[in-house]
Parts: sequence; C-alpha cells; structure tokens
Amino acid sequence: MAETRYTSEHEWIRLDGDLATVGISQYAQERLGDVVYVELPEVGRKVGAGDDMAVVESVKAASEVYAPLAGEVAEVNEALNAKPETINEDAEGAGWFVKLKDVDAGKLEGLMDAEAYREYVKGLD
Amino acid sequence: MSRGPQRPAGTAPATASDGGAFAGTVGGNRALLIEEPLLFEQGDPARAGVDLPEPEDAAPRLGGIERAGAIGLPGLSEPEVVRHFTRLSQKNYAIDAGLFPLGSCTMKHNPRLNERLARLPGFADLHPLQPLATVQGALALMDALGHWLKVLTGMPVLALPPAAGAHGELCGMMVIRAAHDAAGEDRRRVLVPESAHGTNPATAAACGYAVESIPADGRGRVDVAALKGKLGPDIAAIMITNPNTCGLFETDIIEIARAVHGAGAYFYCDGANFNAIVGRVRPADLGIDVMHFNLHKTFSTPHGGGGPGAGPVALVEALAPFAPVPWIVHGRDGFALRETAEGEAARSIGRLKAFHGQMGMFVRAYAYMLSHGGDGLRQVAEDAVLAANYLLASLEDTLSPAYPGPCMHECLFDDEALRPYDVSTLDFAKALIDEGFHPTTIYFPLVVHGAMLAEPTETEPKAELDRFIAAVRGLKDRLERGGAERLKSAPHYSPRRRLDETRAARAPVLRWSPPRPPEAAE
Amino acid sequence: MRYLPLTGADRKAMLAAIGAASVDDLFADVPEAARLTEPLDLPPHAGEIEVSRALAALAARNVAAGEAASFLGAGAYRHHVPATVDHLIQRGEFLTSYTPYQPEISQGTLQYLFEFQTQVALITGMEIANASLYDGASACAEAALMARRATRRRKVVASGGLHPHWRDTVATLLRYADAELVAAPADPLGGEDLASRIDADTACVIVQNPGVFGHLRDLSALGRACAEKGALLVVCVAEVVSLGLCVPPGAMGADIVVAEGQGLGNGLNFGGPYLGLFATRERFVRQMPGRIAGQTVDADGRRGWVLTLSTREQHIRREKATSNICTNSGLCALAFTIHLALLGEAGFRRLARINHARACELADRLAAIKGVAVLNDAFFNEITVRLPAPAAPVVDRLAEDGVFAGVPAARLFPGEGALADHLILCATELNTADEIERLGTALEGALR
Repeated sequence: MAETRYTSEHEWIRLDGDLATVGISQYAQERLGDVVYVELPEVGRKVGAGDDMAVVESVKAASEVYAPLAGEVAEVNEALNAKPETINEDAEGAGWFVKLKDVDAGKLEGLMDAEAYREYVKGLD
Repeated sequence: MSRGPQRPAGTAPATASDGGAFAGTVGGNRALLIEEPLLFEQGDPARAGVDLPEPEDAAPRLGGIERAGAIGLPGLSEPEVVRHFTRLSQKNYAIDAGLFPLGSCTMKHNPRLNERLARLPGFADLHPLQPLATVQGALALMDALGHWLKVLTGMPVLALPPAAGAHGELCGMMVIRAAHDAAGEDRRRVLVPESAHGTNPATAAACGYAVESIPADGRGRVDVAALKGKLGPDIAAIMITNPNTCGLFETDIIEIARAVHGAGAYFYCDGANFNAIVGRVRPADLGIDVMHFNLHKTFSTPHGGGGPGAGPVALVEALAPFAPVPWIVHGRDGFALRETAEGEAARSIGRLKAFHGQMGMFVRAYAYMLSHGGDGLRQVAEDAVLAANYLLASLEDTLSPAYPGPCMHECLFDDEALRPYDVSTLDFAKALIDEGFHPTTIYFPLVVHGAMLAEPTETEPKAELDRFIAAVRGLKDRLERGGAERLKSAPHYSPRRRLDETRAARAPVLRWSPPRPPEAAE
Repeated sequence: MRYLPLTGADRKAMLAAIGAASVDDLFADVPEAARLTEPLDLPPHAGEIEVSRALAALAARNVAAGEAASFLGAGAYRHHVPATVDHLIQRGEFLTSYTPYQPEISQGTLQYLFEFQTQVALITGMEIANASLYDGASACAEAALMARRATRRRKVVASGGLHPHWRDTVATLLRYADAELVAAPADPLGGEDLASRIDADTACVIVQNPGVFGHLRDLSALGRACAEKGALLVVCVAEVVSLGLCVPPGAMGADIVVAEGQGLGNGLNFGGPYLGLFATRERFVRQMPGRIAGQTVDADGRRGWVLTLSTREQHIRREKATSNICTNSGLCALAFTIHLALLGEAGFRRLARINHARACELADRLAAIKGVAVLNDAFFNEITVRLPAPAAPVVDRLAEDGVFAGVPAARLFPGEGALADHLILCATELNTADEIERLGTALEGALR
C-alpha cells in the first residue's frame, strides 16, 4: 500500500491502485471533538486541489474538508452517515471520506509525509 | 480542513461521581427542585385550563377543510399549568438571581416599571393597522425613541424596524449594498476583524459579499496597517465592533474611518458594546456610517430566555434613502407611516418584517431612557467600565488577562493560568455554576485561547462583584491544592449535571412523539 | 439612581483597587477629539412617578382596540389571553434569563422550548419545528431561502393571497440571494391557479391559508403539483387559531409551514414583538434556520435538553451559516406554550369554532347590507367584502365613532385601484353580537 501524505489543512490522502482515499487526520479529529455529522459530496463531482469537498460537523464546530488534489469523486463512505463516530475512532483508516479517481499521482510529492506532518503539527501547538 | 474554534475533545459527561446527589430521596426530587415531566406526559383530554362557551351548532363554511382527527394536545387545568411552569422556572438561572457576567451580552437589571408601562392598554392593545389618527401616541413614542438614539449617536437617521441585533446588522449591510448599487459601484467584499462575532460574516454573506478577515495586533486591536493594505475599490465596507470583542476601545478608530472613507467604503459598527461608551462618546464623531443597537443589551429590555430583542439602526444622511420601511413621517395631521417602498421611499431596501417594529421593546427602552436621563446614561457607561476594570484588577493574579489593562466594559482572560492543572475553560465555567453564578462567555472571541469574557454591567452591587471575585480565587486555590477532578466533573449541584451534547446532535430528538400503538396481531 | 447600586464610597474603593485616579483614566483609549465633555441635549433622570406620567400621556393619545368595536385582522389578531399567562412569563427566572447556552442551569427554558416545538409540530401537522423566529413574515422569508438552498433553484413563486408584508419581506431577503421572486397578482376572489406557474427552476411556491383575503382552500392539489416538479410547498398561516379547526398544512402536502404565533399568548402590541413559527419535514432538519432544543441525558443518566444542531447557526459556520439569525422570540414562545397548554385539545378546538361562528355571523350581517358583497365562500375568521364606495374613507369615518371596521385592502395593496373598495374584516371570540350589530348599523349609515 502506498504511503499516506498530508496537507496543511489536515487532510490525508493515500493511493490505493487507481483511486486515492481521502480523510482527515488523527490530529484533526482530536481537535474537532465528537463528530456528529458528515456531509459527503455526490459521486461524479469533479474537484480541484483545495476546493471544498465535504463538511465534518462536531458539536461546536463545522469544518470544511478540502480536496488535497484535483480529481473526480468515485466513492463516498456512506457508513459515516449512520456512524459518524468512526472518524473519531479510526480517522486514518475506516473513517475515510472519499475516494478520488483521475488523480495526478505525481502531485503527491508536494504534500507532507508522515514525518513532516508530525513536525508541522508540533509547530502549531 | 478549516480551523474551527478550540474545544476540549468532546463534551461527553463525566461518569456520575459522588452519586449521593439523588440517592437521598425516594422520588428523585431535591426539596425545592422538583422533577417535572413534559406537558404531553401529564395531560388528559377531560381537563382544560379555560372555560369557553360552546358555540351554536351552525353549519360551518370551511369549504370542507375541517380538521378530522385529533391534534394530540394535552389538557391541563389551570393549577396544573401554573405548577408545571413554576417548577420549570425554578431550574433557570436569571439576572434577578445573581451576577450574569456574559461578555458582550450586557446582562443588566430589567426594570419592572418598564413591564408595567409596556402593558398599558394604550400601548399593548393597539392593532398595527388601526387608522393612524387612533395611534398618534404610539407613533410619537417611536419618534421620541428615535430622537434619543440620534442624540446619543450624533447621527441624523434612525431605522426602527429590525427585530434583533442580527436583524439590525442585516439591515445595515443591505443599506450599504443598496447605496453602492444605486451609485453604480460594484463592490463585492467586506472586511471583518478575526475577533468579530459570528453574525458579522454571516450577515455580510447574506448580502452577497465575500468576507475577508483582518488580523488583530498584539494589543488586541485591529491591525491598522493590515487593514489599510486590504482596502481597495472592491471593498464595500468594514464591520467593526467598538469597543471590540476583547473589551478594548479601538484606539485608531478615527484613522480607520478616514482610510475606509478614502477608499469609498462605508464604516459599519456593531453596537453590541455600546454600554461602554453611551453618553461619553458619539459614534458619529468616530466616523461611523451605520450602527445597530441592541435594545435588549444597552437599554435594559429583558432577554426573556433568548428573545424578543430589538435592533434599530442609526444611519448617516447619505444612507437615509435606503432605510427599510416603514418610515415615520411628519404630516399635516400629525405622524404618518410610509409603509411601502414608493415615492420618497422608492430606494428603500424594503420591508424586513411585518408591521412597524418591536413596539413592546420600544416602550420599555424609552421608559428606561426617561428614567436614566442623559446624565444617568453617561453614569451607566462609567459604572459599567469601572466594574469591569475592578474585576480585571482583582483577578489579574488569579487568571491570566489576555491583554494588559485597562479594559472597557468587559474583561478578557485566556486559559494560560489553568493549563498547569490540566483544567479547561469549560471545566472552570462549570465549576462557577456550582458557586452560584452563570459562567462568563467562554471560547469567544476566537482570537484568544480558551477565552473567558466577563461583563458585569453597571447594575451589580460591589458586594456581588466581590462574591464573584472570591469564588474565582477560591476555585483557583482549589486547583492549586490538587482539586482539578472536582472541577472536571462539575457542576454537581445544578438541576442537571453536564449534558451529552454529542448524543443530542448525532441522533436529534427535537420533539415529544406519542408512543406507537402496539403492532396489530398477525 | 435606583438602577445604579454603586455608591461614591464603592467607586472610590474600586478605583483604588484598580490603581486609577478617576474613571476618566479608564477612558484614556478614547481619542481626545471624540470625548464628550458637555452633557448631551437630553432631559435629566426621572423617578417612576414622572416616567409613568409621561408614558401614560402618550398612551392616552391612542385608542386601544378594546375601547372600540374592533374587526381588525390581516396578520395580527385580537384574542383573549388568560390571566395566568402574563403572571407566569413575568417570573424573573423566565423574564430575566438568557439564551440557554449553559444547559445545566437553563432546563426551564430548554424544556418549554422542547414543548413549544412539539406543539408547533402537532398543530401544523409537520414532523419537526424550531424554537421560533422573529415573526411570521421573516419566517416566510427564511423558508424561501431554505427552499433555495435545498433545491438549488432560483425561483420563488408567491401567491396573490399572501399578505403583502410577508411578500415584501421575502422580496427583501431574496434581493441579494441570487433568486427571483415571482409574485402572482392580488387574488381577492381566491381562485388563482398557482400550479401553472411552477417550472423546473421553481424552488418553492408560497401560499397563505387562510389567505390574506380570508379564503380557505384545499392545497392538496397544489402540493402534488409542487412535488411533481420538485418544488417545495411553503404554507403560511397568519392566524394560528385557524389550526384548531382547519386541516393542517402538513396534511395537505406542505414541505415547510411558517406561521405568525402572535394570536396565542401574545397581545397586539402595535405590531411587535411577535412570534415566527417554523416547521418542516425531518429530512430537512439540517437546513432549518434558527435555534432548536434537543433531548439528551446528563452525567447521571437523567433526561434533559440542550440547544442542538448549532453548527448551522451563524456563530459557528460564520459565512456558511444557514442564516444570520441569533435570537428567537423566547418569551413570546413561552407565552404561546402556556396559552396552548391552558387551552388543551378541547379548548383550542372550541376557541377555533367560536371564532368561525362569529365570522359567520359577521358575514351574514354584512351580506344583508345593500350594495355590500361578501367575497368568501370558505373562510375561518376573516372575510373580504366589496363596498359600493372606496373603503378607506368609510373606515376612517367609522373609527371616529369607535368602530374599527376592518383593514381597507388599499392599505395593504396601495397601487391596486381595483381593490380600493375592498375591506378585510376579522371576527374573534372577543367580538360580541352587539358589536357586530353596531358595525352593521354604522356601515349602513356610512354607505347611505
């Protein structure tokens, strides 16, 4: 499995074959608190890098989730509708939001790897 | 992901700790605190709290649109209704009970004279569409209230219709947009400080503007250089609260106004914090073009558990043509109302709600103004600022002030002083509940970490301020002696302990529903 | 001064604690140019006696509706509010409490809001309701915005029976919302065909029932027409007491119901504060504006309530909020809840039947006047008549004799010459047979 890359807006992205899986990071989940609702995009929607793609709501905050790279929404994690808490329990695994297709894998290099993201997050607190 | 406000991870309730709270009684009540079910859980169709005569049995003329089945409303006698709501009332904290130091809310005493006068039939029993000759006194009162607000602001035009502060903001921003549109100017962006209340950007967006944030400087004020850098021909307005949401007067406000006007933009002021400067500063002298009032803050009309409010708006002359209808006009036969956007009001933004405005709140606010007079209102601002500074000075060694003093009518602390004890602003607030206070505003403004914004107002006796100071010091003392757990599981003595807000939002239950009838046997 | 507890000694002690010489030092941040050194041109403070006198004098220049034989409706309704209501809402724990942001010490407010939401859902026949908005007209505008968001369509169609104040409020709020308001012409006969105005770009159809001219209609066909084209049906109820007798909008296919709740618990108050009711389908819950109380449990497992779904509100989503609304109409909602609790099922239905019976008597009396035509076949407690002369001067003439003979349509529809002779009248449980006779006689006299 390919490695996970991170954005400065706390999304993660991972190539799984033709598709890129996207979610929010463990750090983001912790700061948000208990997730109560997720607004997922329609399958087929085309997004540019940095576009609003989804919304994640906790009790006190609603945050935009941005597309780390340009692509087209191929799948969304419907299970999150019934169990939004999955994002708290396993943000970087079962708590994935969206799978994108037609992603330019070359652009992944420009995002932070796990080590760089850890450093980045340390700098924020 | 965008940045949200800081919250401690989840608001999941601590597990029941001492357990002794309700173990002591058989029925779960605690002396004066009586558990009270919902109306729907105690009604009976055989009961009613009114006696109405049975109408004559005539054929209805409803065109067949007569309701068939039951509505499902409970029936209760008058004694039961009184008891129900009395018991409910006993679970609420209120200004009448004690200090309510909510920053930016101005929780001052609500005078009862105002309640009596608002209920005079000559005000309370007026239909809004009565012939104008029969309501001249009401229109005169509205005009007089407008006059007081014009004198207090130094601004020549007063729009009375908005029903609340946020409504007043909407009014003000729509007027600005209408003015630019009328002048053929296409300006699509509005500047808002990052410390602003959430209504400000929401309002701007509702008017079709894109919102851009201006950072605060190290002194808690708007960064003037950054602001000037963002001004340009596409900026319609700046929205500033003054004093700002950190409780500080924007010292460069006149310079800001000059720069804003120089760029052809308007200066909107959120008047939520007017209590700090009423009678001591006139917004017109600061270069403000539009300012909304919160009559339920500065002018003592009751908060009523969340409303109703009133949000009249003061305007400069150039914006007068765009004011919302109805306008109060002086005619040959006395006062009249221009109720539609026609004739002289052809460029008005139109109507914001039905009828003429929150008359019930106008009567109360006007009685308050007459009671205080010009001299009294100035004293209000002085005592409000004095009280807040007294809190700041008395607590600066206990909590960590976000900015060095002095402050205006509210003082701001961050959570630095709580960090060593691993206790959050939320925990501290919940502990204040047990001490017999409503907490301060918490987690606002967002520019400060774990913010605690305290606004005592001018109607607090010194003894009450001292009681609050002692409680805060006592809680800090408790933390220093290892008592963090007690705060983290607070409140213990309120009608309910911490409530599971996550559960409320994940699986919303927004009404009582009748129990489902048992499934019919196959 | 009676509202200012600080004494000279207190102020001195506080200044000493602060380390300031005078209170002026605390205003040092105010630019010198802006400091007011002279008192403003306003009268000095006054005691209760003087203030009472001043306000009584202003009140005396008005004629209260109760002093006249009043048949005014058109969006504000004169009903009897039981004595209990006013006593309860003036309890300090209700009157002087705040928005329930700290739910542990606001369960009183939160429980009554939950009860209010339930009452509103029940009487409108809808699944969920919010904790109230400013008034019916602004609730209607919020419904139009919500329909626009939910359907992503631009057009809002408004019935010619929609109260012009409500229609104008919708127009104002849509002004900068990239939407188009299509307002049907005034419909005094109640026969308009709205279904033909619905197309693929229609977000919602807004219809008032009973309409501003009093007509009561079955909206089921219109509801189906909306659903077929994917538009939402927004039904407005100006006279909330009508829901005690008429088929509720929820049973006629409404997607959103907005209402003016003033008629229950709240007096006329010259137009405000009033009470906006907002109810909709459960699937639209995250689109619904305003505050909402939701049920949950506390740390001891006990049932309680909190404000919920607040991420939709302005204070969190800021520029992405569903609306900029901050306040609800709290105390007015409480008054409504108490009044409806006192009425109960039987009382609410009976009150509605009395209103309708009174309006039937009114209609009969007016129909008996030569030259006067009653335009309504089906109505609740409001009717429109056509006079053989312009209505406004007749109304002014009758007002001088203590009869408020209804609202001239010209007041609400100033541009419409064809409506100059139309008069909108309302009868409630507070109108007596004597008053109806007095109105009839006075009208006959004025039309001779």
